Amino acid sequence: MMLDAETLQLVGMKFLFALLMVGAVMTMAGYSVLAERKVSAWMQGRVGPNRTVLPYVQYIPILGPFLRGLGIFQPLADGLKFLFKEEIVPGHVNKLYYYMAPLVALVPALTTMTVLPFGEFFHDNGESFPLILADLEVGILFILAVSSLGVYGIVLAGWSSNSKYPFLGGIRSSAQMISYELAMGLSLLPVFLWVSEPGSGLSALSLTGIVASQAESTWLIIVQPVSALIFLIALFAETNRLPFDMPESETDLVGGFHTEYGSFKFGIFFVAEYAHIVVGSAIFTAIFLGGWHVFPWVADPWPENWLGSLLGVGCFLTKTVLLIFFFIWIRWTLPRFRYDQVMHLGWVRLLPLALVNLVFYVILVSWLDQPVATN
Amino acid sequence: MISKKQKEAVTINLDGKEVEVPAGVNLIEAAALHGKEIPHYCYHPQLSVAGNCRMCLVEMGTPMRDRGSGEPILEEDGSPKIGWVPKPVIGCATDVIPGMHVKTDSETVLDCRESIMEFLLVNHPLDCPICDQAGECRLQEFATDYGRGYSRYEERKNVKPKRTRLGPRVTLDDERCILCSRCIRFCQEVADDDVLGFVDRGSFSTLTCFPGRELSNNYSLNTVDLCPVGALTSSDFRFKMRVWFLKETPSICPESSAGCNTLVSSREGEIYRITPRRNDLVNDSWMPDSGRSLYKEVRSEDRLTKPRTDGQDCSLEDAIGAAVAALSVGQVGIVGSCRSSLEEQFLANQLAKGIKAQKFLRGHFGDDDGILLSSDRTPNLRGTLLSGFASAYPKDNLSSLALALKKGNLDALVVMGEDLFESKVDADSINGIPIIFLGTHENATSQLAKVVLPTLTSFEKSGSFVNRNFFLQAFRQSVPGPAGLLPDIQLLSRLLNELVEESFQGSDLDEIWEDMARPASSPLKSLCFSDLKKGCVQLDGSKWASLPFVEKKALHYKPASPKAAKSS
Amino acid sequence: MAKTVVLERKPLSLSERTYLPQILTGLKTTFTNMFKEKVTLQYPEEKPVLPPNYRGVPTLVKDPNGREKCVSCQLCEFVCPPKAIRITPGSVPEDHEDREHVEKAPQEFEINMLRCIYCGYCEEVCPEEAIFLQNEYSFSGYTRDEMINDKAKLYELGGTLPDDHYKWDKKKEAEEKGNPH
Repeated sequence: MMLDAETLQLVGMKFLFALLMVGAVMTMAGYSVLAERKVSAWMQGRVGPNRTVLPYVQYIPILGPFLRGLGIFQPLADGLKFLFKEEIVPGHVNKLYYYMAPLVALVPALTTMTVLPFGEFFHDNGESFPLILADLEVGILFILAVSSLGVYGIVLAGWSSNSKYPFLGGIRSSAQMISYELAMGLSLLPVFLWVSEPGSGLSALSLTGIVASQAESTWLIIVQPVSALIFLIALFAETNRLPFDMPESETDLVGGFHTEYGSFKFGIFFVAEYAHIVVGSAIFTAIFLGGWHVFPWVADPWPENWLGSLLGVGCFLTKTVLLIFFFIWIRWTLPRFRYDQVMHLGWVRLLPLALVNLVFYVILVSWLDQPVATN
Repeated sequence: MISKKQKEAVTINLDGKEVEVPAGVNLIEAAALHGKEIPHYCYHPQLSVAGNCRMCLVEMGTPMRDRGSGEPILEEDGSPKIGWVPKPVIGCATDVIPGMHVKTDSETVLDCRESIMEFLLVNHPLDCPICDQAGECRLQEFATDYGRGYSRYEERKNVKPKRTRLGPRVTLDDERCILCSRCIRFCQEVADDDVLGFVDRGSFSTLTCFPGRELSNNYSLNTVDLCPVGALTSSDFRFKMRVWFLKETPSICPESSAGCNTLVSSREGEIYRITPRRNDLVNDSWMPDSGRSLYKEVRSEDRLTKPRTDGQDCSLEDAIGAAVAALSVGQVGIVGSCRSSLEEQFLANQLAKGIKAQKFLRGHFGDDDGILLSSDRTPNLRGTLLSGFASAYPKDNLSSLALALKKGNLDALVVMGEDLFESKVDADSINGIPIIFLGTHENATSQLAKVVLPTLTSFEKSGSFVNRNFFLQAFRQSVPGPAGLLPDIQLLSRLLNELVEESFQGSDLDEIWEDMARPASSPLKSLCFSDLKKGCVQLDGSKWASLPFVEKKALHYKPASPKAAKSS
Repeated sequence: MAKTVVLERKPLSLSERTYLPQILTGLKTTFTNMFKEKVTLQYPEEKPVLPPNYRGVPTLVKDPNGREKCVSCQLCEFVCPPKAIRITPGSVPEDHEDREHVEKAPQEFEINMLRCIYCGYCEEVCPEEAIFLQNEYSFSGYTRDEMINDKAKLYELGGTLPDDHYKWDKKKEAEEKGNPH
């Protein structure tokens, strides 16, 4: 196939776009770390990081000390620290997989965002496209498939470290992933059922379709609260967030899967974890919280032009950030589950609940669809 | 110590219990034999009784008898009636009588002690933080055990001179003196140098030297040991170290053949003082001042600390190798030492036997003071006889070696610490013969030696000496030697094993003792080193009774034959 | 014998069994905590208020006349659990004007701050009230040698503290007005 100018332009655009998105997600991941530290500090009556500052910035009146107090430059310092730390590789590790593991952990986290819509672009001619790298028809399936690959990084790290604590962490991680993957998938099925009611013309497996279905309509969290709850809990488990952070529970496993990791390789694990949270929050926003639409049942109050696009993206990001805050909030509120409790919750509570939920919505949707069939 | 079996026993009633004690002892000793402490300051078992501290007051009584009939008077319950002496008596000056009753812990006695302590402390300064006696002070001990616990004295205390110089080695702190007069009696009775006395009266009483005299005899430091408080202090040890830091190791004074039993006090490898250890068979509780300063040789400037070959510092292994090379050819002469321990002399003898070496020995002789400094100024001359190294009595020189060197019979020499050139050996006569020097300090011979193997002083190693009475006494290592050096017995056993084929000499004291005790004729038969832990062992020295020992009559020593003593 | 009483635990209600209301309560607690006053002390700028019996770095003090109080009795060295104190005793020369009665003073006094555990036994045991654990708490150094406080440094850190006893002054007075010999 010849590359014409239009294709080249498209590829160029997408490339730029991809760079922007990676930048945005990584920055958000970095700042989630800061947020984690700040929020935890505030919740514990401390002040959190407030010392790091770029040269001369503290001399700016009011703003300088404020930024310093907020720890705005802390992620930069943290990143540099990871970069410049001594690279230590224990002698007993399996070198190839040991080096590979952090990458395997990071890549799925970043890959999922290719199918993540975060706004709408209004063309001059009145058409609108979703702001998305690849508008897959089966975007949600893609996300489910790819994000669960992230566990390979953890399992690989646990195994290649050739040491007991990482090994236990890796095993727990894979078991936990399998357990909650099921509930997560089942919790989404009612969503598909609901969105893709016959005649609506929307593809329920496309994230843009799901978001579009919530425009000027109810948010799915309102019609499907149980699905949302199960999905949220499963999301916590999938991202190894605190009540479920079995793979790295410091109290019993030292550092879990990354016990033998240091410097930048550890940094990559760290970033991957927060990238997961960012992407997970965005997905939850898109599926259950109406995406970039600001209120349920109400049309977006902004014009359909570039300003509207920007405000839509802003709205989406705000929801995502609030959700990230919720993640952090939960972490500093709840204690860690015991491993058997995690398994019990996954298999004995969430899975049956998701099944009951599915059956309920199957009946409900088929009942609601009846008049359409008879007409 | 007074042994129960030595004398006829009498029965007394001590605090209501019938006990047997030897006849003739006083109440302090009698009570001590049965685990009762009667506190005392002025009484000392080896000095005359003065009875001036009044601390040992006890109640005493005897069964009453009817004057007319001589019948015992009985109490109503049938027990004999005791006629208690109306006032307490001093235990030190009261000897036991059969049937006597003694109370050492009655209320009256405790009250007496409390009052005596109060009187003694009236003018005693609060010097304990800076007092050298603190920690081994009778006044401290009895004040806690029998004192009142608080002071009723509100007036100003007496102020007296704090650092009077009594002699070159003794300083007096007048304020602390409790006037027990032990020091005065010691100087009169043991040191035979009557220089101390009390002047003035009442609370102004002061210990002082007689006009124009000073406490300078060679036993003056024993007064410091005797002093129950911190009044007499050793100028050398003054303010050097608190006694509770010091580790005390039993040792034997290497100064002379008297073989005084000592305690070497050290802290962290540093010796701070040497004090006598009581042994009623050898030195009572005394030792000469000159022996107390011997610890200074451990850290002296001319101490040999590094092995040398041909004047160059080298490793101990290299030095031993060079010594072995030098000794493995030709006729060797071994100059032994009367200062070596019995075990070292035995090994030197084994070495001499193994390589068929000629043996030489010199003695070191001086004046005899008739107490504890004998004319034989080596600790172990009799050890050379016992170990077989020497058979004749050594002279004060090495003229036999000089003769052998002149004849040119010798190809190598092993010297144990002796200085050949102070022993009538001509420096020219050495004539390039390699000298292997084993010793602790530098001297003219060590400077000329081909190989110098530094050895340890008697404070840094364990072993045994045989004293002038043929008492075998062990000394124990009290401080570690200089880094990297081996004890003499290890050096000698190394040389022995490398020079003599089929020789497996162990370097452990117990192994050497096994070897020493093996010959049926050995005077050390059926002895082992651990036996010496319990005390000194009397050996049979009759075999050498005809030798011209130089020692004169002294404390606990009588020359075997007056003729031999005269001939020196 | 105590009787064992088995207490029946109240069965959980449905809402309690979901744990969700409890989690919400917890979330509320942590959220309100975010807006409470912070307890963090911004250390190098803000210094803590030390209690009066604070045990900081051990120091040697002088009496109000500027004389050294320590007589090197070595009781602190003896009592020191980690063996941080090392004293070389020395004597005061007889012609020393102010301290002729004291006789003894430390020649060298070292406290190894790498060993010190700030237990305060030395202060407790000192018969002359010469050693005090004062308010210095941030003692640091670049080398091990720097962390050993010698006598000069200890007096520099200690300064002068008030004295209630004036032991040596009393002694001097006794000699002048009391019962001279």
